[in-house]
Amino acid sequence: MIALEDVGKSYATRYGRHLVFKDVNLQIAKGEKVGILGRNGAGKSTLVRIIGGAESPTRGKVTRNMTVSWPLAFSGAFQHSLTGYDNLRFICRVYDVDPDEKVDEVQAFSELGKFLWEPIRTYSAGMRARLGFAVSMAIEFDCFLIDEITAVGDARFRDRCHEELHVKRGDRAMIMVSHDANYVREHCHKAGVLTGGQLTMFDDVDEAYSFYMAHASE
Amino acid sequence: MAIEGRSSGRSLLRAWAVQQRVIWALVRREMITRYGRHNIGFLWLFVEPMIFTLGVTTLWTLTKTVHGSDLPITAFAVTGYSSVLVWRNMASRLIGSIEPNLSLMYHRNVKVIDIFLSRLVLEMSGVATSFVVLTLFFGALGWLSMPEDPLKVVEGWLMLAWFGVSLAMFLGGVSHRHELIDKFWHPCSYILFPLSGAAFLVDSLPPSMQTFVLWLPMVHGIECVRDGFFGSHFTAHYDLGYVAVVCTVLTGLALIQIRAVENDLVPQ
Repeated sequence: MIALEDVGKSYATRYGRHLVFKDVNLQIAKGEKVGILGRNGAGKSTLVRIIGGAESPTRGKVTRNMTVSWPLAFSGAFQHSLTGYDNLRFICRVYDVDPDEKVDEVQAFSELGKFLWEPIRTYSAGMRARLGFAVSMAIEFDCFLIDEITAVGDARFRDRCHEELHVKRGDRAMIMVSHDANYVREHCHKAGVLTGGQLTMFDDVDEAYSFYMAHASE
Repeated sequence: MAIEGRSSGRSLLRAWAVQQRVIWALVRREMITRYGRHNIGFLWLFVEPMIFTLGVTTLWTLTKTVHGSDLPITAFAVTGYSSVLVWRNMASRLIGSIEPNLSLMYHRNVKVIDIFLSRLVLEMSGVATSFVVLTLFFGALGWLSMPEDPLKVVEGWLMLAWFGVSLAMFLGGVSHRHELIDKFWHPCSYILFPLSGAAFLVDSLPPSMQTFVLWLPMVHGIECVRDGFFGSHFTAHYDLGYVAVVCTVLTGLALIQIRAVENDLVPQ
């Protein structure tokens, strides 16, 4: 169970504090899939980082009783001057997993071959995406945070991501941020819409989507 | 559940285990990014400060007449420069160290304080090792005698390290919000270098100057280190209690800064 109680977030700017959202209440039970809809800049990624604990809320309380992944967005969470292997090792150490047990698995998914031992900055966008996904699958979580997963990669990559995430790990909880209504509709049990600094939750994804469309211009 | 340790705060002991693991992972990572896999790798950690100390010792040995005393000059130079490295290098390593590591903060258990501590651990072990190796090296050459009171050397050095740690964490935290710190630190460290006691003994200064330089905590540390090294050759002036008070206040301010930075941090 993950619970957000009256969570608010604001950032310091040159002109005072900028409120991203306030009074957010959200519960995610084991195995539950929750979608988050919202325009660019509505605060979706901020909310995901707060759920994951990478950022702390300005107000309110976050309780985590399951292990939560970092936001899987493919580009972040890596050091680009290091090799793919060094990054894998670092992340494994942080999460207390033996890196050497995971190399084969990561190689199989990322298909990087010898490039695993080259700095990440030399990788193409596709290679980075494959490595990012492979490393995040190397560590098991009860809840995965997914930020715009459908935005990168070709059809084959997306199919393989789908297999790993929604078939093999279909029993896990997931929080998905996406502009793609079909993706959210297909995978989520419920969805929330972030507009005007408020999160409105819907038990029905279609309802959430029509609310989102109606408020999209706000 | 192990990775939940820090956030839920369920058990301090477990949180400490997580933090140790994270810091160790950061140290290993830092060693690769900083020293690379090529060349003599992480040995640079020792060689770099060693080259500095060697250069300074040579220079001061050549101009021995300027000091005009029976001081063991090599011991004077080694203690002086090694002591400066302690507080100067640590601060330089932490200023602006958050920005390039922002992507790591996506991992909940990686905090600003961990980034700081990992760099401090690396810097401190490097500077300490170079100090020990240089002492043994010059001792073997017969240029200096072993410390008269090793415990006192360690005591003084640890106080210097505490000062370095708190100063570095404070400046590291402030520098994330105020870029000017980075600009001002370099000239400041150059001005502080001659005032820090690296190049003089407090006892050789006029009394009015003595009161002035003794406001600087690092002067006390160096005097204590030298008292342990060759205390029978001069009269040392230091008050470690004063240093402890300054360091406690500075540590408190540093922790407040780090907390403030963490609250507004956005991983990238």
